[in-house]
Amino acid sequence: MHRGKGMKFVGDSRVPASGRKPNIPKDYSEYPGKTEAFWPNFLLKEWLIGAVFLVGFLCLTAAHPSPLEKIADPSDTAYIPLPDWYFLFLYQLLKYSYASGPYNIIGALVIPGLAFGALLLAPFIDRGPERRPSKRPLATGFMLLALAGITFLTWESVAHHDWEAAKEQGKIVAEAEIDKESDGYKIFETNGCTSCHGGDLQGGAGSPALVDNGLTPEEISDIAKNGRGAMPAGMFKGTDEELKVLADFISSIKSE
Amino acid sequence: MLNKIYDWVDERLDITPLWRDIADHEVPEHVNPAHHFSAFVYCFGGLTFFVTVIQILSGMFLTMYYVPDIKNAWESIYYLQNEVAFGQIVRGMHHWGASLVIVMMFLHTLRVFFQGAYKKPRELNWIVGVLIFFVMLALGLTGYLLPWDMKALFATKVTITIIESVPFIGEYLKILLAGHSDIVGAQTITRFFAIHVFFLPAALFALMAAHFMMIRKQGISGPL
Repeated sequence: MHRGKGMKFVGDSRVPASGRKPNIPKDYSEYPGKTEAFWPNFLLKEWLIGAVFLVGFLCLTAAHPSPLEKIADPSDTAYIPLPDWYFLFLYQLLKYSYASGPYNIIGALVIPGLAFGALLLAPFIDRGPERRPSKRPLATGFMLLALAGITFLTWESVAHHDWEAAKEQGKIVAEAEIDKESDGYKIFETNGCTSCHGGDLQGGAGSPALVDNGLTPEEISDIAKNGRGAMPAGMFKGTDEELKVLADFISSIKSE
Repeated sequence: MLNKIYDWVDERLDITPLWRDIADHEVPEHVNPAHHFSAFVYCFGGLTFFVTVIQILSGMFLTMYYVPDIKNAWESIYYLQNEVAFGQIVRGMHHWGASLVIVMMFLHTLRVFFQGAYKKPRELNWIVGVLIFFVMLALGLTGYLLPWDMKALFATKVTITIIESVPFIGEYLKILLAGHSDIVGAQTITRFFAIHVFFLPAALFALMAAHFMMIRKQGISGPL
Protein backbone atom coordinates (compact mmCIF):
# COMPACT_ATOMS: atom_id res chain seq x y z
CA MET A 1 0.00 0.00 0.00
CA HIS A 2 1.39 3.39 -0.92
CA ARG A 3 1.20 6.30 1.49
CA GLY A 4 2.45 9.86 1.61
CA LYS A 5 4.96 10.70 -1.05
CA GLY A 6 4.91 7.23 -2.50
CA MET A 7 6.52 5.86 0.64
CA LYS A 8 5.89 2.22 1.36
CA PHE A 9 5.03 1.69 5.02
CA VAL A 10 5.95 -1.47 6.81
CA GLY A 11 2.95 -3.22 8.27
CA ASP A 12 0.48 -0.45 7.44
CA SER A 13 -2.99 -1.50 8.56
CA ARG A 14 -4.75 1.86 8.10
CA VAL A 15 -7.44 2.55 5.56
CA PRO A 16 -5.87 5.11 3.20
CA ALA A 17 -7.37 8.58 2.93
CA SER A 18 -8.02 9.70 -0.60
CA GLY A 19 -5.47 12.14 -1.92
CA ARG A 20 -2.93 14.24 -0.16
CA LYS A 21 -2.77 17.96 0.40
CA PRO A 22 0.01 19.70 -1.51
CA ASN A 23 2.50 21.51 0.64
CA ILE A 24 1.78 24.87 -0.99
CA PRO A 25 -0.67 27.33 0.63
CA LYS A 26 -3.74 28.44 -1.25
CA ASP A 27 -3.58 31.61 -3.27
CA TYR A 28 -5.81 33.93 -1.31
CA SER A 29 -6.17 36.50 -4.10
CA GLU A 30 -9.41 34.83 -5.14
CA TYR A 31 -11.03 35.51 -1.76
CA PRO A 32 -13.47 38.45 -1.65
CA GLY A 33 -12.92 41.63 0.39
CA LYS A 34 -9.82 42.78 2.19
CA THR A 35 -9.05 39.48 3.85
CA GLU A 36 -5.60 38.65 5.07
CA ALA A 37 -3.76 35.40 5.58
CA PHE A 38 -3.65 34.40 9.24
CA TRP A 39 -0.16 33.02 8.88
CA PRO A 40 2.05 34.97 9.00
CA ASN A 41 0.53 38.40 8.26
CA PHE A 42 -2.27 38.61 10.79
CA LEU A 43 -0.45 36.67 13.49
CA LEU A 44 2.37 39.22 13.35
CA LYS A 45 -0.11 42.01 14.10
CA GLU A 46 -1.56 39.98 16.95
CA TRP A 47 1.94 39.61 18.33
CA LEU A 48 2.40 43.36 18.18
CA ILE A 49 -0.79 43.89 20.20
CA GLY A 50 0.34 41.18 22.60
CA ALA A 51 3.73 42.88 23.02
CA VAL A 52 2.15 46.26 23.79
CA PHE A 53 -0.19 44.55 26.26
CA LEU A 54 2.73 42.74 27.89
CA VAL A 55 4.65 46.00 28.36
CA GLY A 56 1.66 47.57 30.13
CA PHE A 57 1.22 44.45 32.21
CA LEU A 58 4.87 44.40 33.28
CA CYS A 59 4.71 48.10 34.19
CA LEU A 60 1.76 47.32 36.48
CA THR A 61 3.66 44.41 38.01
CA ALA A 62 6.77 46.49 38.62
CA ALA A 63 4.86 49.47 39.99
CA HIS A 64 2.63 47.52 42.37
CA PRO A 65 4.24 44.55 44.13
CA SER A 66 1.58 41.99 44.93
CA PRO A 67 0.31 42.28 48.50
CA LEU A 68 1.14 39.85 51.26
CA GLU A 69 -0.40 40.14 54.69
CA LYS A 70 0.91 38.53 57.84
CA ILE A 71 0.76 34.77 58.22
CA ALA A 72 -2.74 33.42 58.83
CA ASP A 73 -3.72 33.49 62.47
CA PRO A 74 -7.05 31.69 63.00
CA SER A 75 -7.29 33.03 66.57
CA ASP A 76 -7.79 36.63 65.39
CA THR A 77 -11.58 36.76 65.58
CA ALA A 78 -11.85 40.46 64.83
CA TYR A 79 -10.43 40.21 61.31
CA ILE A 80 -12.80 41.61 58.67
CA PRO A 81 -12.55 39.30 55.63
CA LEU A 82 -12.60 40.53 52.06
CA PRO A 83 -12.61 38.40 48.91
CA ASP A 84 -10.79 39.28 45.72
CA TRP A 85 -12.39 42.21 43.89
CA TYR A 86 -14.25 40.14 41.28
CA PHE A 87 -16.20 38.33 44.02
CA LEU A 88 -17.15 41.52 45.84
CA PHE A 89 -20.59 41.74 44.23
CA LEU A 90 -21.52 38.23 45.38
CA TYR A 91 -20.17 39.02 48.83
CA GLN A 92 -22.11 42.29 49.05
CA LEU A 93 -25.32 40.54 47.98
CA LEU A 94 -25.15 38.41 51.12
CA LYS A 95 -25.27 41.51 53.31
CA TYR A 96 -28.86 42.43 52.41
CA SER A 97 -31.56 41.26 54.78
CA TYR A 98 -33.54 39.28 52.18
CA ALA A 99 -30.40 37.56 50.98
CA SER A 100 -28.86 36.58 54.29
CA GLY A 101 -29.72 34.94 57.60
CA PRO A 102 -32.85 32.85 57.09
CA TYR A 103 -32.91 33.91 53.41
CA ASN A 104 -29.25 32.97 52.90
CA ILE A 105 -30.25 30.45 50.22
CA ILE A 106 -31.62 33.28 48.09
CA GLY A 107 -28.43 35.33 48.23
CA ALA A 108 -25.99 32.44 48.11
CA LEU A 109 -27.66 30.17 45.57
CA VAL A 110 -30.89 31.33 43.96
CA ILE A 111 -29.87 34.74 42.62
CA PRO A 112 -26.33 33.78 41.46
CA GLY A 113 -27.70 30.47 40.18
CA LEU A 114 -30.35 32.16 38.08
CA ALA A 115 -27.91 34.76 36.75
CA PHE A 116 -25.13 32.35 35.83
CA GLY A 117 -27.62 29.72 34.66
CA ALA A 118 -29.18 32.25 32.31
CA LEU A 119 -25.72 33.20 31.05
CA LEU A 120 -24.86 29.55 30.41
CA LEU A 121 -28.12 28.87 28.58
CA ALA A 122 -28.31 32.20 26.75
CA PRO A 123 -28.35 30.60 23.25
CA PHE A 124 -31.44 28.60 24.21
CA ILE A 125 -33.26 31.52 25.81
CA ASP A 126 -32.50 34.11 23.14
CA ARG A 127 -33.36 31.98 20.09
CA GLY A 128 -34.41 34.52 17.49
CA PRO A 129 -32.43 35.01 14.30
CA GLU A 130 -31.57 38.65 15.08
CA ARG A 131 -28.04 39.48 16.18
CA ARG A 132 -28.02 43.26 16.60
CA PRO A 133 -28.41 44.30 20.27
CA SER A 134 -31.16 46.78 19.36
CA LYS A 135 -33.20 43.98 17.74
CA ARG A 136 -33.02 41.78 20.86
CA PRO A 137 -34.32 44.12 23.55
CA LEU A 138 -34.82 41.41 26.18
CA ALA A 139 -31.37 39.91 25.95
CA THR A 140 -29.71 43.33 25.83
CA GLY A 141 -31.92 44.64 28.64
CA PHE A 142 -31.24 41.77 31.01
CA MET A 143 -27.52 41.91 30.37
CA LEU A 144 -27.43 45.68 30.99
CA LEU A 145 -29.46 45.13 34.15
CA ALA A 146 -27.01 42.48 35.34
CA LEU A 147 -24.07 44.76 34.55
CA ALA A 148 -25.70 47.61 36.47
CA GLY A 149 -26.36 45.26 39.40
CA ILE A 150 -22.77 43.99 39.48
CA THR A 151 -21.41 47.54 39.27
CA PHE A 152 -23.72 48.77 42.02
CA LEU A 153 -22.97 45.87 44.38
CA THR A 154 -19.23 46.15 43.83
CA TRP A 155 -19.42 49.89 44.42
CA GLU A 156 -21.39 49.46 47.64
CA SER A 157 -18.99 46.83 48.88
CA VAL A 158 -15.96 49.04 48.24
CA ALA A 159 -17.63 52.12 49.73
CA HIS A 160 -18.57 50.33 52.95
CA HIS A 161 -15.26 48.61 53.55
CA ASP A 162 -12.97 50.23 56.10
CA TRP A 163 -9.79 50.30 54.01
CA GLU A 164 -7.72 51.93 56.75
CA ALA A 165 -8.57 49.22 59.27
CA ALA A 166 -8.09 46.55 56.61
CA LYS A 167 -4.61 47.84 55.89
CA GLU A 168 -3.80 47.85 59.59
CA GLN A 169 -5.26 44.45 60.47
CA GLY A 170 -3.21 42.47 57.98
CA LYS A 171 0.13 44.24 58.29
CA ILE A 172 3.20 42.10 58.67
CA VAL A 173 4.54 42.99 62.12
CA ALA A 174 8.01 42.53 63.45
CA GLU A 175 8.36 39.76 65.98
CA ALA A 176 10.27 40.24 69.17
CA GLU A 177 11.58 37.87 71.75
CA ILE A 178 9.33 38.40 74.76
CA ASP A 179 10.13 37.10 78.19
CA LYS A 180 6.72 35.90 79.32
CA GLU A 181 7.99 35.21 82.81
CA SER A 182 9.03 38.81 83.42
CA ASP A 183 7.10 40.97 85.88
CA GLY A 184 6.27 43.43 83.12
CA TYR A 185 4.62 40.76 81.00
CA LYS A 186 2.58 39.48 83.96
CA ILE A 187 1.23 42.96 84.62
CA PHE A 188 0.57 43.31 80.89
CA GLU A 189 -1.44 40.09 81.01
CA THR A 190 -3.39 40.74 84.24
CA ASN A 191 -4.53 44.15 83.03
CA GLY A 192 -6.10 42.61 79.93
CA CYS A 193 -3.75 44.35 77.48
CA THR A 194 -3.38 41.04 75.61
CA SER A 195 -7.04 41.02 74.54
CA CYS A 196 -6.39 43.90 72.15
CA HIS A 197 -2.63 44.04 71.67
CA GLY A 198 -2.19 40.27 71.54
CA GLY A 199 -0.18 37.80 73.55
CA ASP A 200 2.96 38.59 71.56
CA LEU A 201 2.26 42.33 71.50
CA GLN A 202 1.61 41.89 67.79
CA GLY A 203 -1.53 44.04 67.79
CA GLY A 204 -4.90 43.15 66.35
CA ALA A 205 -7.84 44.65 64.50
CA GLY A 206 -7.94 48.33 65.39
CA SER A 207 -5.15 48.16 67.94
CA PRO A 208 -1.51 48.75 67.04
CA ALA A 209 1.35 46.37 67.60
CA LEU A 210 3.50 47.31 70.56
CA VAL A 211 6.67 45.82 69.14
CA ASP A 212 9.00 48.63 68.03
CA ASN A 213 6.59 51.24 69.40
CA GLY A 214 9.32 53.87 69.76
CA LEU A 215 7.68 55.43 72.84
CA THR A 216 9.34 56.43 76.09
CA PRO A 217 8.15 54.83 79.37
CA GLU A 218 6.54 58.16 80.34
CA GLU A 219 4.47 58.29 77.14
CA ILE A 220 3.40 54.69 77.65
CA SER A 221 2.31 55.36 81.24
CA ASP A 222 0.25 58.27 80.00
CA ILE A 223 -1.44 56.19 77.26
CA ALA A 224 -2.10 53.31 79.67
CA LYS A 225 -3.92 55.68 82.02
CA ASN A 226 -5.52 58.19 79.66
CA GLY A 227 -5.91 56.17 76.47
CA ARG A 228 -5.22 57.24 72.90
CA GLY A 229 -7.19 56.97 69.67
CA ALA A 230 -9.60 54.05 69.99
CA MET A 231 -8.17 53.07 73.38
CA PRO A 232 -10.31 54.46 76.20
CA ALA A 233 -8.91 56.03 79.36
CA GLY A 234 -8.57 54.00 82.55
CA MET A 235 -7.55 50.70 80.98
CA PHE A 236 -4.71 50.31 83.47
CA LYS A 237 -5.98 49.56 86.97
CA GLY A 238 -2.83 48.73 88.95
CA THR A 239 -0.56 50.74 91.24
CA ASP A 240 1.95 53.36 90.17
CA GLU A 241 4.87 50.97 90.78
CA GLU A 242 3.25 48.40 88.51
CA LEU A 243 2.65 51.08 85.90
CA LYS A 244 6.32 51.94 85.87
CA VAL A 245 7.34 48.28 85.46
CA LEU A 246 4.77 47.87 82.68
CA ALA A 247 5.88 51.02 80.86
CA ASP A 248 9.54 50.00 81.04
CA PHE A 249 8.62 46.54 79.78
CA ILE A 250 6.60 47.77 76.80
CA SER A 251 9.16 50.39 75.92
CA SER A 252 11.89 47.75 75.87
CA ILE A 253 10.19 45.43 73.36
CA LYS A 254 12.14 45.66 70.12
CA SER A 255 12.45 43.26 67.25
CA GLU A 256 15.85 41.83 66.42
CA MET B 1 16.94 23.40 5.65
CA LEU B 2 13.68 24.02 7.54
CA ASN B 3 11.75 22.96 4.46
CA LYS B 4 13.74 19.75 4.31
CA ILE B 5 12.96 18.98 7.95
CA TYR B 6 9.30 19.77 7.31
CA ASP B 7 9.25 17.48 4.28
CA TRP B 8 10.98 14.75 6.21
CA VAL B 9 8.33 14.86 8.96
CA ASP B 10 5.50 15.37 6.48
CA GLU B 11 6.54 12.33 4.50
CA ARG B 12 6.15 10.20 7.60
CA LEU B 13 3.26 11.84 9.44
CA ASP B 14 1.38 13.79 6.78
CA ILE B 15 1.19 16.92 8.92
CA THR B 16 0.08 19.33 6.21
CA PRO B 17 -3.66 18.86 6.87
CA LEU B 18 -3.04 19.52 10.57
CA TRP B 19 -1.06 22.65 9.77
CA ARG B 20 -3.80 23.80 7.36
CA ASP B 21 -6.45 23.40 10.07
CA ILE B 22 -4.49 25.40 12.61
CA ALA B 23 -2.92 28.24 10.72
CA ASP B 24 -3.78 28.31 7.04
CA HIS B 25 -6.93 30.39 6.80
CA GLU B 26 -8.04 33.84 5.81
CA VAL B 27 -8.84 36.47 8.42
CA PRO B 28 -11.99 38.28 7.32
CA GLU B 29 -11.96 42.04 6.95
CA HIS B 30 -14.51 42.78 9.70
CA VAL B 31 -12.34 41.38 12.50
CA ASN B 32 -9.14 43.08 11.38
CA PRO B 33 -8.36 46.27 13.34
CA ALA B 34 -6.09 47.33 10.48
CA HIS B 35 -9.21 47.89 8.38
CA HIS B 36 -11.80 48.85 10.99
CA PHE B 37 -10.46 50.23 14.26
CA SER B 38 -13.63 49.16 16.10
CA ALA B 39 -12.59 45.58 15.42
CA PHE B 40 -10.26 45.83 18.45
CA VAL B 41 -13.12 44.22 20.38
CA TYR B 42 -12.11 40.97 18.65
CA CYS B 43 -8.75 41.12 20.47
CA PHE B 44 -10.24 40.36 23.88
CA GLY B 45 -10.46 36.61 23.36
CA GLY B 46 -6.89 36.38 22.12
CA LEU B 47 -5.65 38.54 25.00
CA THR B 48 -7.49 36.28 27.45
CA PHE B 49 -5.56 33.37 25.98
CA PHE B 50 -2.34 35.39 26.18
CA VAL B 51 -2.84 36.16 29.88
CA THR B 52 -3.77 32.51 30.47
CA VAL B 53 -0.44 31.47 28.96
CA ILE B 54 1.31 33.98 31.26
CA GLN B 55 -0.58 32.50 34.21
CA ILE B 56 0.49 28.98 33.32
CA LEU B 57 4.14 29.95 32.88
CA SER B 58 4.37 32.16 35.98
CA GLY B 59 2.49 29.52 37.96
CA MET B 60 4.98 26.86 36.93
CA PHE B 61 7.81 29.06 38.18
CA LEU B 62 5.97 29.80 41.43
CA THR B 63 5.71 26.10 42.24
CA MET B 64 9.53 25.97 42.23
CA TYR B 65 9.43 27.82 45.56
CA TYR B 66 5.94 27.39 46.94
CA VAL B 67 5.31 24.84 49.69
CA PRO B 68 1.65 23.95 50.31
CA ASP B 69 1.77 23.68 54.06
CA ILE B 70 0.39 25.91 56.81
CA LYS B 71 3.78 26.80 58.21
CA ASN B 72 5.86 27.08 55.07
CA ALA B 73 3.37 28.41 52.54
CA TRP B 74 3.55 31.92 53.90
CA GLU B 75 7.27 31.65 54.60
CA SER B 76 7.98 30.45 51.07
CA ILE B 77 6.02 33.33 49.57
CA TYR B 78 7.68 35.85 51.87
CA TYR B 79 11.03 34.45 50.76
CA LEU B 80 10.01 34.52 47.11
CA GLN B 81 8.77 38.07 47.46
CA ASN B 82 11.79 39.44 49.30
CA GLU B 83 14.82 37.26 48.61
CA VAL B 84 14.53 35.52 45.25
CA ALA B 85 15.79 37.39 42.18
CA PHE B 86 12.76 38.51 40.15
CA GLY B 87 10.52 36.58 42.55
CA GLN B 88 8.47 39.70 43.11
CA ILE B 89 7.97 40.09 39.35
CA VAL B 90 6.97 36.47 38.82
CA ARG B 91 4.53 36.51 41.72
CA GLY B 92 3.31 39.92 40.60
CA MET B 93 2.58 38.60 37.12
CA HIS B 94 0.62 35.71 38.57
CA HIS B 95 -1.23 37.96 41.03
CA TRP B 96 -2.17 40.74 38.59
CA GLY B 97 -2.63 38.28 35.74
CA ALA B 98 -5.37 36.61 37.76
CA SER B 99 -7.26 39.89 37.76
CA LEU B 100 -6.46 40.69 34.13
CA VAL B 101 -7.66 37.34 32.89
CA ILE B 102 -11.02 37.99 34.55
CA VAL B 103 -11.21 41.47 33.00
CA MET B 104 -10.29 40.25 29.52
CA MET B 105 -12.63 37.27 29.72
CA PHE B 106 -15.44 39.51 30.91
CA LEU B 107 -14.91 41.87 27.96
CA HIS B 108 -14.72 38.93 25.55
CA THR B 109 -17.98 37.52 26.97
CA LEU B 110 -19.70 40.89 26.57
CA ARG B 111 -18.45 41.21 22.98
CA VAL B 112 -19.82 37.80 22.08
CA PHE B 113 -23.06 38.44 23.95
CA PHE B 114 -23.88 41.85 22.52
CA GLN B 115 -23.02 40.73 18.99
CA GLY B 116 -25.33 37.74 19.36
CA ALA B 117 -22.43 35.58 18.21
CA TYR B 118 -23.63 32.67 20.36
CA LYS B 119 -26.59 31.98 18.10
CA LYS B 120 -26.92 28.92 15.93
CA PRO B 121 -24.61 27.18 15.07
CA ARG B 122 -22.33 28.40 17.89
CA GLU B 123 -24.41 27.44 20.96
CA LEU B 124 -21.99 24.74 22.07
CA ASN B 125 -19.02 27.03 21.88
CA TRP B 126 -20.82 29.59 24.04
CA ILE B 127 -21.54 26.93 26.66
CA VAL B 128 -17.92 25.80 26.67
CA GLY B 129 -16.90 29.46 26.99
CA VAL B 130 -19.13 30.02 30.02
CA LEU B 131 -17.71 26.84 31.57
CA ILE B 132 -14.21 28.29 31.04
CA PHE B 133 -15.48 31.40 32.84
CA PHE B 134 -16.55 29.28 35.83
CA VAL B 135 -13.24 27.42 35.88
CA MET B 136 -11.37 30.74 35.86
CA LEU B 137 -13.43 32.02 38.79
CA ALA B 138 -12.74 28.78 40.65
CA LEU B 139 -9.01 29.17 39.91
CA GLY B 140 -9.15 32.67 41.36
CA LEU B 141 -10.97 31.41 44.43
CA THR B 142 -8.61 28.51 45.16
CA GLY B 143 -5.49 30.55 44.37
CA TYR B 144 -6.55 33.22 46.85
CA LEU B 145 -5.99 30.84 49.79
CA LEU B 146 -2.54 29.62 48.80
CA PRO B 147 -0.38 32.47 50.22
CA TRP B 148 -1.89 31.53 53.61
CA ASP B 149 -1.93 35.09 54.88
CA MET B 150 -4.74 36.71 56.89
CA LYS B 151 -6.95 37.72 53.99
CA ALA B 152 -6.50 34.32 52.36
CA LEU B 153 -7.59 32.41 55.45
CA PHE B 154 -10.56 34.55 56.36
CA ALA B 155 -11.88 34.93 52.82
CA THR B 156 -11.71 31.15 52.46
CA LYS B 157 -13.56 30.69 55.73
CA VAL B 158 -16.35 32.87 54.30
CA THR B 159 -16.36 30.88 51.05
CA ILE B 160 -16.59 27.61 52.93
CA THR B 161 -19.46 28.92 55.06
CA ILE B 162 -21.31 29.87 51.87
CA ILE B 163 -20.66 26.45 50.35
CA GLU B 164 -21.91 24.83 53.55
CA SER B 165 -25.24 26.62 53.15
CA VAL B 166 -26.03 24.65 49.99
CA PRO B 167 -29.04 22.49 50.87
CA PHE B 168 -28.59 18.72 51.34
CA ILE B 169 -25.03 18.37 50.01
CA GLY B 170 -23.52 21.48 51.61
CA GLU B 171 -21.89 19.60 54.49
CA TYR B 172 -20.30 17.06 52.14
CA LEU B 173 -19.10 19.73 49.74
CA LYS B 174 -17.50 21.56 52.63
CA ILE B 175 -15.66 18.46 53.85
CA LEU B 176 -14.60 17.65 50.31
CA LEU B 177 -13.04 21.11 49.94
CA ALA B 178 -11.78 21.82 53.44
CA GLY B 179 -10.82 18.27 54.34
CA HIS B 180 -12.37 18.61 57.78
CA SER B 181 -15.79 19.49 59.16
CA ASP B 182 -14.55 22.35 61.39
CA ILE B 183 -10.97 23.25 60.65
CA VAL B 184 -9.70 25.31 57.74
CA GLY B 185 -6.09 24.29 57.98
CA ALA B 186 -3.42 21.89 56.80
CA GLN B 187 -5.85 19.68 54.86
CA THR B 188 -7.53 22.65 53.27
CA ILE B 189 -4.36 24.17 51.88
CA THR B 190 -3.19 20.91 50.29
CA ARG B 191 -6.61 20.35 48.77
CA PHE B 192 -6.84 23.86 47.41
CA PHE B 193 -3.32 23.48 46.05
CA ALA B 194 -4.19 20.25 44.27
CA ILE B 195 -7.40 21.76 42.88
CA HIS B 196 -5.65 24.94 41.79
CA VAL B 197 -2.62 23.29 40.21
CA PHE B 198 -3.94 19.98 38.84
CA PHE B 199 -7.71 19.57 38.69
CA LEU B 200 -8.80 22.97 37.42
CA PRO B 201 -5.96 23.43 34.89
CA ALA B 202 -6.78 19.99 33.48
CA ALA B 203 -10.40 21.03 33.05
CA LEU B 204 -9.28 24.35 31.63
CA PHE B 205 -7.03 22.75 28.98
CA ALA B 206 -9.77 20.39 27.85
CA LEU B 207 -12.31 23.22 27.61
CA MET B 208 -9.88 25.54 25.82
CA ALA B 209 -9.04 22.82 23.30
CA ALA B 210 -12.76 22.35 22.62
CA HIS B 211 -13.24 26.13 22.39
CA PHE B 212 -10.47 26.57 19.80
CA MET B 213 -11.37 23.52 17.76
CA MET B 214 -14.92 24.77 17.46
CA ILE B 215 -13.70 28.19 16.36
CA ARG B 216 -11.55 26.63 13.62
CA LYS B 217 -14.43 24.43 12.55
CA GLN B 218 -17.09 27.13 12.48
CA GLY B 219 -15.01 30.19 11.76
CA ILE B 220 -15.63 33.51 13.43
CA SER B 221 -19.14 34.93 13.27
CA GLY B 222 -19.90 37.24 10.37
CA PRO B 223 -20.28 41.02 10.56
CA LEU B 224 -23.46 42.40 12.15
